[in-house]
This record gives sequence, structure tokens and C-alpha cells, in this order.
Amino acid sequence: MNSEAVISSENLTKKFGSFTAVDHITFEVKKGEIFGFLGANGAGKTTAMKMFCGLLRPTSGKGFVAGLDIYKESEKIKKRIGYMSQRFSLYEDLTVNENIQFYAGIYGLDRKTIRQKQQELSDKLQLREYQNKLISSLPLGWKQKLAFSVAIVHEPDIVFLDEPTGGVDPVTRRQFWDLIYEASDAGVTVFVTTHYMDEAEYCDRISMMVDGRIEAIGSTDHLKAKYKVNSMNDVFLILARNVEI
Amino acid sequence: MRPPIDIDRISKLYEDTTALKDISFQVNQAEIFGLIGPDGAGKTSLFRILTTLLLPDGGEAYVQGYHILKDYKKIREIIGYMPGRFSLYQDLSVEENLSLFASIFGTTIEENYELVKDIYSQIEPFKDRRAGQLSGGMKQKLALSCALIHKPEVLFLDEPTTGVDPVSRKEFWGILKNLKAYGITILVSTPYMDEANMCDNIGLIQNGKILSIDTPEKMIQDFDRDIYAIKTQHKHKFLQALKSYENTYSVFSFGDSIHYIDLRNNVTESQLLSSFINMEFPEFSLEKIKPSVEDCFMELMKQE
Repeated sequence: MNSEAVISSENLTKKFGSFTAVDHITFEVKKGEIFGFLGANGAGKTTAMKMFCGLLRPTSGKGFVAGLDIYKESEKIKKRIGYMSQRFSLYEDLTVNENIQFYAGIYGLDRKTIRQKQQELSDKLQLREYQNKLISSLPLGWKQKLAFSVAIVHEPDIVFLDEPTGGVDPVTRRQFWDLIYEASDAGVTVFVTTHYMDEAEYCDRISMMVDGRIEAIGSTDHLKAKYKVNSMNDVFLILARNVEI
Repeated sequence: MRPPIDIDRISKLYEDTTALKDISFQVNQAEIFGLIGPDGAGKTSLFRILTTLLLPDGGEAYVQGYHILKDYKKIREIIGYMPGRFSLYQDLSVEENLSLFASIFGTTIEENYELVKDIYSQIEPFKDRRAGQLSGGMKQKLALSCALIHKPEVLFLDEPTTGVDPVSRKEFWGILKNLKAYGITILVSTPYMDEANMCDNIGLIQNGKILSIDTPEKMIQDFDRDIYAIKTQHKHKFLQALKSYENTYSVFSFGDSIHYIDLRNNVTESQLLSSFINMEFPEFSLEKIKPSVEDCFMELMKQE
């Protein structure tokens, strides 16, 4: 396997009883890449993501994250990755600073670094006046930007984002992507799922999962050319439902 | 006669925050009205007020001519409500959920099967499966079936497509279009701006205030600035450069292109082209385009 690959899998499979949720997926994600992991509801995205995060043991196949084996080194993997989702990100009844302290603490950052991070993040996200306010009092978009920053506070190799921008207003959604680009420029690999097809265009490459398999992979330009359509929405329609455009 | 939904200066406060501020609009018979805005805009509060589950702090509203406070029992009989969070009984089967809703309203699945047929037939193969075991798209279809089974006159759908993939979303909107034929009036909310075009009328909502109400076509027509789409292989760099460009009014990434609006009123396409070439970005294309509802929303947010 390529030494630059930060995530790689070979015939990775997960079965639940007789149901195959993830069916022999083989692909690689390179360092610093923004990789969009797309597919219909129930296609197996969450199951695959859980295996890469070391939260679910595969049935068969190989998988490596940050050079670590997802079967044997899942605990080490957890230290090298960040994770955020739309549903769960920050603790609503802790303040901004307490959330940063909590997550940074879990990842073993020392006190001095934590204090430094608290300043850095609240400056960058313009949350200075909100440092001691409860998360529950912040608008969703601000929460999501903070949640992303907290997910990479320990400078992980990879950050997994599960529908991070669902329900966020269009302006804040774009600010969120600015943060993603910044992280990617700093060498963090970004693995992201989304239902916004315009966001698929912001990824370096995407994969499309259908019924547990990776049906297509490549840059959005490549995929649009391959299926002879003008939008990612149409690529999605063709692959996910076998619809003729 | 009042239109099926008639909202007059509805306000709602939660402690120190204003959830809704003087909201007024009407929805006509068999119309699909889309309430479009991000989470926290106040959409759910308005839905809960109109479905008689929450008291407003000011204003009046009528559903099918019934007052939301005085006639709340009557309203509950004639509306269908699909809340934002999946609200069905997770440990009842698909079929059990639907017959439960039918019997609560004193009817049966058979009696109104015609109305839900299009939707329910898609999940009927799984009718013995527990609702909690369904995929996201199927859950939405079951929830809509349950909201429809008593043949309501007005349907309230609070974010029925949130978290649903683009294909299932498209199917869902197709189903809503078909319901118009039955004369059902639909108020639907969504955070996906691209769904605006599926509605007859839309209201853009942000921070408890309506930013604009119109047909999607008219809203786009009334956008009074020239908007350009820029395509380039160096999108991120180009975007950063334009953010600090002196003549930029607004610039946003937009799928495979960048949407740009110039500060100057009468700038021509060729003028723009040459200024950008001077910025030393090779290989880009520039085209004046029609704005989308998302462009309108961002412009209105900027004006706020």
C-alpha cells in the first residue's frame, strides 16, 4: 500500500447477521486530502466510518488508519483521529472554555497548552466574549465551527466529519468549509460525509457508496465527465438509484 | 373567507430570546408553502404554535378559519403534523404505527388508502419491521403516511427532508406535489435552499424574522445585483484573493464555481475579466448567471 495513504482498506467488509452493511470496499485516502464519503441513507457510510474510527470490528478484509491496523490497534487509532457529527459534538451545559479544556484534557494536552488553545480558538472564531458562556446559548453555526476546532485541538492526522453542516445557514456553512481548507493546508486529512451536493464539489475526491459497495471514486470533475452530466446531484441520481438522466 | 393558513403578527419569546417576531403570511388552498431557513430560525416554534401545541406571546393565527387558541380542538382534528424529530413508536411495526394513527382519528387504513398509496406502497414490503429499524428515508415515508392517514385538510411538515439523501429528497417532493391534487394545503420547512423551487411560495426565515416572502421565480427576478459565476481549477486560492479584492461586494464558493458580486454598479463582464487577469490567475471562466434562492438568502442575511 502507498506510504502516503492515511486511510486504506482492502476488501473491508462488515456483516450484521445475514445483512452485509459494508461489502468489500477497497480504497485509499492521501495525507492532507479532503475526501467526501457520499451515499444514500442506509448505504453503509456510518458503518464504514465506525470501523475506521476503531469503534466497530470488521468481519473481514484489511484496514489501516494513520498506519495502524484497525483490528489490532484501535486504541492507538483513537488518539490519532478527531471526530465530530451533527448530532453529537459539544457539551451543551459546559462553557466554551470548559469544552475546550475537557476535550484537550482527554487527549492529554498539558495545562499551559490548553490555556493557549483556549485563547487561540476564541480569537480565531471570534468567541472572545463568549468564552465563559454555555454552549447551549450559542447559535448552531458557531457551535459547529467550535466543535470542528475542538475535534482537531490535539492535532490529529485525520478528522472524521459526519454531516457536520446539516441545518447550518448558508453563510456559516461556507465559513465552516474555510476551516476545513485551513486544516487540510496544515496537513490534516479530512474525511467528510454530507447531503449537500454543492459541498461534494469542495472535496478533492469523493466516493459514492451504494448498497455497501464503493460504486465510484474520483474528483467531481472526473465523475461528472464519466457519467456525462453537469452536476453531482445527477451523478448521485444515476449511481444511487440507477436513474437515467 | 380566510385562506387555509392565516398568520397575523405572531410573536414568541423564550426568556431572553425572541424566537419569532411579528410573523405574518397566508397560505392558499392546495398550495405548497416552504418556510426556508437554518436551524434556530424559529421554524419549529411557528409549527408548534399553528398546530396548537405552543402558545404565542402575541398575534393571531387561523387554520381553516379556526382560531389557534379558541378552536384548538377543532384544528387538531383537521390537520396532519409531521414533527422534525422522528416521532413514531420505534418498537411498533410499520403497519402498527399506521393503524394506530388511523384509529386515533376514527378511521382505518383501508378507508384512506388511496391517499397514502404512493408513499406507503414503497414501505409496505417492510410492514412487519419495527419503525426503529427503518433507514432514514423510509422513516420519513412512514411519518408522512401517518400524518396523512386521516385525510387532513392542512398538512404541517417540519423539516421532513433533513438528513435525507438527495435522491430520497427528490422522491419526497414528488409525493408532496401529488398531494395538491387532493386539495391539501401544505406548510413545509427545510434548511435545504435548493428545495425552494419545489414550492409555490416561499418565506425565507432567519433569527425569528421573515426576510422575504414571494414565489421562488419572483424572488430570483427581483435580485437587483449582477452575479457572476467563476470557474477555475484554483478555486480556493481564487476565493481568498477575491475576499481581499477592493471591488468585491460579496464572494462565496458555490458548488463547482465561485459566485461573485462587484461593488460597482455598471461594471461590464470584460472589465471584470481583465481585472481578474491582472490578478495573475490563469485559466478561469466568467459568466453572468441567474441567482439561486441561496444567493437571495445570503444577500438578505448581509442586508440584515
